[in-house]
Amino acid sequence: MIPELGTFAMILALLLALAQAVFGLAGAHRRRQSWMAAVTPAVTGVWLFVALAFGLLATSFIRNDFTVSYVATNSNSALPLMYRIAAVWGAHEGSLLLWVMILSTWALLVAGFSKSLPVAFRARVLGVLGLINVGFLSFTIFTSSPFARLIPAAPDGSDLNPLLQDPALAVHPPMLYMGYVGTAVAFAFAVAAMLSGKLDTSWARWTRPWTVAAWMCLTCGIALGSWWAYYVLGWGGWWFWDPVENASFMPWLVTTALIHSLAVTEKRGLFKSWTLLLAIFAFSLSLLGTFLVRSGVLVSVHSFASDPSRGMFILGLLLFFIVGSLTLYAVRAPTLKSEGGFAIVSRESFLLLNNALLVTAAGLILMGELWPLLMDAFDLGKISVGPPYFNLVFLVPMLPLVALLGVGMHAGWKRALLESRSRQLMILAGSAAALALLVTLLAYRSIGAPLTAIGFTAGFFVMGSALLEPFAQWRRGQGMPRAALGMAIAHFGVGLLVIGITGVASYKVERDVSLAPGESTSIAGYDFKYLGAKPVLGPNYEAVEARVLVTRDGATVSDLATQKRVYRVQRNPMTHAGIAVAWNRDLFVALGDDLGEGKWSMRVQYKPLVRYIWFGALVMAIGGLVAILDRRYRVARAAEAAALSAHAPGTAG
Amino acid sequence: MTPRRKRLLAVGGVLLGVGAAVGLALKGFNNNLLYFYDPSQVAAGLAPLDKTFRVGGMVTKGSVARAPGSIEVRFVLTDFAHDVTVSYSGVLPDLFREGQGVIAHGHLRDGLFVADEVLAKHDEKYMPPEVAKSLKHPLPPPGSTT
Repeated sequence: MIPELGTFAMILALLLALAQAVFGLAGAHRRRQSWMAAVTPAVTGVWLFVALAFGLLATSFIRNDFTVSYVATNSNSALPLMYRIAAVWGAHEGSLLLWVMILSTWALLVAGFSKSLPVAFRARVLGVLGLINVGFLSFTIFTSSPFARLIPAAPDGSDLNPLLQDPALAVHPPMLYMGYVGTAVAFAFAVAAMLSGKLDTSWARWTRPWTVAAWMCLTCGIALGSWWAYYVLGWGGWWFWDPVENASFMPWLVTTALIHSLAVTEKRGLFKSWTLLLAIFAFSLSLLGTFLVRSGVLVSVHSFASDPSRGMFILGLLLFFIVGSLTLYAVRAPTLKSEGGFAIVSRESFLLLNNALLVTAAGLILMGELWPLLMDAFDLGKISVGPPYFNLVFLVPMLPLVALLGVGMHAGWKRALLESRSRQLMILAGSAAALALLVTLLAYRSIGAPLTAIGFTAGFFVMGSALLEPFAQWRRGQGMPRAALGMAIAHFGVGLLVIGITGVASYKVERDVSLAPGESTSIAGYDFKYLGAKPVLGPNYEAVEARVLVTRDGATVSDLATQKRVYRVQRNPMTHAGIAVAWNRDLFVALGDDLGEGKWSMRVQYKPLVRYIWFGALVMAIGGLVAILDRRYRVARAAEAAALSAHAPGTAG
Repeated sequence: MTPRRKRLLAVGGVLLGVGAAVGLALKGFNNNLLYFYDPSQVAAGLAPLDKTFRVGGMVTKGSVARAPGSIEVRFVLTDFAHDVTVSYSGVLPDLFREGQGVIAHGHLRDGLFVADEVLAKHDEKYMPPEVAKSLKHPLPPPGSTT
C-alpha cells in the first residue's frame, strides 16, 4: 500500500507543479491577481506531496519492503539503519526523487522569503521553478519510478553498493544536489527578469543571496565528494578529472563567476546581459551534468549502471531549457542596457578578468569532457582526455586568477585607488615569496618545481591580502559589513586551498610495496612496519585487517589499521584505508592483495598539507554563509516591502 | 577614449582571449589524448609503439599469475578474438577480477603491455562502454559472472 501511496503523491505533486507553472507564468503575463495568488499554495502543496513521497520511500527502506523493486536492488535486511536511509538516494530512481525534493524545497524557500518582491516577478520566478519541477517529476514518474513493485518479492535485498556505505557519501549527494538544483533559482530569476524586461540593481540584490547559497552547497558537496574519493576509493588521490567530477565542477566555476558578476550588476548596474547569460549557463551545465551522469554516454570509472532511454528524456529537457532560455535571451538581452563605464584599473575590470578566466577554464574543461564523445560519434577513434590536459587548461587560467585576486580585492569601484594599499600589497607579496621559500627549504628540504614556489607564494599572498581589510577595521575598532567579511573569509579559503594543492602536488610520495609480517618500508622519513593481518567481522561484511606501525626516527607516530572488506551480499571487495591525520600531513596505508607466502601488497602514501584542500573549501563556504547574512539583504527587503505597498501591486511586471 | 576605440579594444581583447584559449586547448589535446585500442587492434599492429594508450577487455579466467610474494602481476585481456598480455606492478583495484571488464593504461614493450594504471568498474552492472563495444560475443547476464 505504501508504494502506491508514494506514486499517488508524486502524481499529485506533478499536477500541482503544473498549476504552479501555469498560474505563475500565465498569471503574470495576463496580470491576473487571482491566478498569481494561487502560486504560493501550489508551491506548498508540491513540497508537501513530494516530501510525503520521499518519506514513504524512506519508510519502505526502513521496513525492508523488498516487494519494492528499488528497495530490493539497493538495500538489505543486514544493512545498518543509517545506510538504509541513505540508500534512498543510493541509485538512479531515488536520487531523482531527491532532486525533485530539493527543487521543491528551494521553491518553498523562495516563496517564503520573497514576499517583498513585486507580485508578478515573484509569480514568474516560482512559475519557472514549477516548470522545471514538472520536467523532473514527469521524468521520475514515467521513466524512473522508485515505487515500482517487484513481483514475486525478493527474499532479501541485493544490498547497497559497498562503496556508498560511508558517512561522507550519505551526505555528499544531498549537498551536491542542493548546489546543482540551487542554480535553478538563479536561472528562474534570470528568466523572470527577461520576461518582465526589467533588470535593475534590486534584481541583482534579490538574486545574490540565492546564488551564493547554491554556490555554498555546491562547494561543500564537491569537497565532500573529493574527500570520499580520497579515503574510500583507496587511491589516495583527491581529484581525478573524472567526467563525473567535471560535471559538478563546471557549474561550480560558472556559479563562482556568476556571484562575482552579480556583484557588479548590483553595485554598478553593469554586466547585465552577461550576468543573465551566466545564470543560464550555470543551470544548463547542471542539467548537462545530470544528463551526462545519468545517460551512460560518459566513459567514466565513476559511472554507475544507467539507461540510454532515460538519457533521451533528460536530453529533451536539457534542450528545452537551454534553447528556450537562450532564445528569450536573444530577444530580450539587447533591451537590457548597462549604464555607465569604468576605468581600466578598477574593481569592475578585475571582476571582468575573474569572469573571463573562470569561464575560460569551464569552457576548456567542457571541451575535454565532450571531445571524446564527439570523436566517438563521428567514428574517429575512441579516445579519452587524460588528467594532463585538464591540469594544463585549468592551471593556465587559474594562476593569473589567484594572483589577480590578491590585488583585486582592494580595488575600488569605478576607478581604483590602489595607491592607498599598493605599498602594503608590495610588502605582502615580498613576505609571501620569502615565506614560500622558507617553507620549501626548511620543511621539505627541496625547492621543488617553479610551480611549487609560485603556488605557495600565491597562496600566502591571497591569505594575507584577504586579512588586510578585516585587520585594518579591527585596529580601528570598527566592525565590518558581513558581506565584506564574508568575502574576506572566502578568499582566505581560496588561499588555504592553493596551499593545500601546491603542497600535496609537489611533495606527495606514493609507493606500492609487497610486505611480509615484520617487514617495513620507508617513505618521506616515516617507517611503515607491517605487523600482521587477522580476520575481523563487521555488521554486513567480513574483512582482513592489517596493522601497520608507523615510526619516525624510532618514535611511534601512529598505529594504523587497514581493511580489505568483502560485503556478504554483493561479494565485492572494498578497501578501507588507514589514515593518520596531522595538521601538516596525512599518512595513508591501503591494503592491496594477498600475494601468497604471507605477503600482502600495500599502497603507502605521504600526503603533505592535503587537509587544507577540504578545509579551504569549507572556509570558502563559511565565507558565503557570512555574506548571505549581511544586513542589507534584510533591510532592503523591508524597505522594498514598504515601497511596494505604496505602489499598485503587479505593475513592475 | 572614444566609445568607438573602446569597442575596438574590447573586441580585440575578446579575440585575443579566445585565441589564447583555443591555442591552449589544442596544445593540451596535442600531447594528452589517450587512444583506446581493443586486443584485436593491438594484435593487428594498429596500436602505437612509442606512445601510451589504453587497452581494454575481459580478464581471461585463470590468466592472473604472479610469483608468490611478488607485487608484479600478469594477466591476459581478451576481446574473444585476440589477446593481450598485460604486466602491472602495483596494487590492483578492488573490483579487478577474472572474467570482468577492465581498462589498462600503459605502453607496449616487446609485445607485452606494461601498464602503469589498471581501472576496474565500480559497480556490479557497469561495463566500460569501450569494452562492451569491443567484445564481439554477447555478454553473460549480469550477476552470473563469478
